[in-house]
Amino acid sequence: MRPREEAERPRDESLSPPPAGRPGSGLARDEAPGGPVRDRRDRRGRGRRGADRPMVPPADFRSYYGRPIVKAAVWRHDIPAYLFTGGLAAGSALLAAGGDATGRPALRRAGRFAALGAVAASGYFLINDLGRPMRFLHMLRVAKPTSPMSMGTWVFSAFSAAAGVAAAAEVVPPLAPFGTVGQYGAALTAPALATYTAVLLADTATPSWHAAYPELPFVFAGSALASGAGIGLIAAPADQAGPARRMAALGAALELYGAHRVETTKGLLSEPYQQGKAGRYLRAARTLTALGAAGAVLGRRSRVASALAGVSLLTGSLLTRFGIFEGGQASARDPKYTVVPQRERLAERAAADGGAKTAE
Amino acid sequence: MAGPNSLYGPVDPAPDAGYVDAPPRMGFFTDTSVCIGCKACEVACKEWNAIPDDGFNLLGTSYDNTGGLTANSWRHVAFVEQPGGAPDVFAGLPVGPPASPQSAVVAASTGQDTGTEPGVRPAVDALAAAGTTGTQFLGMPLSDLPGRTLDAPRSDFRWLMMSNVCKHCTHAACLDVCPTGSLFRTEFGTVVVQEDICNGCGYCIPACPYGVIDQRKDDGRAWKCTMCYDRIGDGLTPACAKACPTESIQYGELDELRARAAHRVEKLHEQGESSARLYGHDPEDGVGGDGAFFLLLDEPEVYGLPPDPVVTTRDLPAMWKRAGLAALTMAAAAVVSFAGRRG
Repeated sequence: MRPREEAERPRDESLSPPPAGRPGSGLARDEAPGGPVRDRRDRRGRGRRGADRPMVPPADFRSYYGRPIVKAAVWRHDIPAYLFTGGLAAGSALLAAGGDATGRPALRRAGRFAALGAVAASGYFLINDLGRPMRFLHMLRVAKPTSPMSMGTWVFSAFSAAAGVAAAAEVVPPLAPFGTVGQYGAALTAPALATYTAVLLADTATPSWHAAYPELPFVFAGSALASGAGIGLIAAPADQAGPARRMAALGAALELYGAHRVETTKGLLSEPYQQGKAGRYLRAARTLTALGAAGAVLGRRSRVASALAGVSLLTGSLLTRFGIFEGGQASARDPKYTVVPQRERLAERAAADGGAKTAE
Repeated sequence: MAGPNSLYGPVDPAPDAGYVDAPPRMGFFTDTSVCIGCKACEVACKEWNAIPDDGFNLLGTSYDNTGGLTANSWRHVAFVEQPGGAPDVFAGLPVGPPASPQSAVVAASTGQDTGTEPGVRPAVDALAAAGTTGTQFLGMPLSDLPGRTLDAPRSDFRWLMMSNVCKHCTHAACLDVCPTGSLFRTEFGTVVVQEDICNGCGYCIPACPYGVIDQRKDDGRAWKCTMCYDRIGDGLTPACAKACPTESIQYGELDELRARAAHRVEKLHEQGESSARLYGHDPEDGVGGDGAFFLLLDEPEVYGLPPDPVVTTRDLPAMWKRAGLAALTMAAAAVVSFAGRRG
């Protein structure tokens, strides 16, 4: 362990960093790219309303010219799009299996087609995001439990094959028995397909993704259910859409509760989810998902209301993925989110050590 | 093959990765207290590994125009300009202002005709002004001319220079998350990317708690320091350590380096440099200790290092459990949705 007196020594004035932005100051302080935080909230008039709420204290930390410490993911928008289509495929596959098992052909058909369409889009997004698309097959060289992406590739491959057979059986009737097998196969792998992506994001050093690891799988599972239900609400006639309505309500509840916890219980690391692009996406997602769930339950007599609710749920799910993605990226770009929580952790450990020593 | 500490905690990485009779673990000890910021390591690394240039960038914040470790910079010399350093380091040593203003003026006068005198008169000769007494306004917001007072105490401004590099962690997140097996553990306990296998997924990049590995924009692959795997296999010293003129970068068996580093810190403390501390040397830390560790003269974050990095695989079992729970919840929600009455 490094000498403790460093941490306990009161900060000498001459050692404290000069104001941020002074050239060559070396010890930049809170040089958040994009300027001081909460500007936007204040301009929108939200700051006043929330003035008495407990806020994250202003970060006091030192950095190397404000440069980020961890690197933000190099992924472009293909990855949040992949997260959405993967979840949509999973939700649709569950819808198809349930529809088939309970004799609702409209749900079965819509679910199978949506699952295949979404998983095909997933494949496109995934390969498009690779720096070297021709090397996609290298993903299949190994199976590593320590790599969520490796595990995901295998789940994705199994799901795609099963979903493909199920959808093909809709078009070619003689394949029906295979279709049933494929459909249940897809439904079995669907929950893994929907939730592994949460581990994929959390298993990084990106501060706000990693901190959210307990809740992210539930957000993604709920989001997948809600989007699958959205397909059911759009495609199925009113007399078959009952399960989709219940699925919409359950999925939306899971998604909203999980996202709420991610946005509020992580201290400083919740901040990136409330600000900027991520904040806008997640606020819009919350509204659309809530509206969609309400529409699904209340609009059961109206075909139009149900379809609108379905679209609302799908958009909400999409925006949730983009919001979570952007929040993590923002947390990686600002060294504050790396340094301050780690400093707090060190201080806690030092306090615990000190406590143990005095108790002896 | 994999032991109980394979994901987190102290372990010798090469035997843990399955090497039988692995050679001793090799590493870097970078003593930043003797780094002079010459960037010989950056250049030597580029030369030996045939790394493309980064283009000509001026970051505008300091003399550091490399900025950080990237796919094209596997060594990076950080320049920290620090007002209010540690004056006690120089106590009792024959140090003062670098040169007297007068001698600077004399040295600057060449006596040769520059050809500009008849036409353009120099507005202010700052050096000459510095050598005279009395106030002459230079147009700069200073209360006094720099260097006017001859007996000025030595400024407490200090430079911290630090040659940063991949840490070759005992528990390397980049290696663990790589979905193609492109990153591998060498017999020396270091971490290397196989460039013909890397498919450019970029997962290793956000996984690194130190922000080391990076994607090269034109080919999409991830690149980082290999600790000159091709050299050390032949018993040679990595290019950066070989080129370092002050032995700030030391290469060798990790155990020996750790002993040497502990001795060096002790010595610096004896000399009154109480801010000297080691970083990344402790096998009990969040990444199981680094294969490349550092002697720093200030907090890690001042150099752009995370103060308490933790490998993400520490929480991976918990993450998979949460995902499994969420997956079960999802399946149950689907079953419940369809189990209700028809309608």
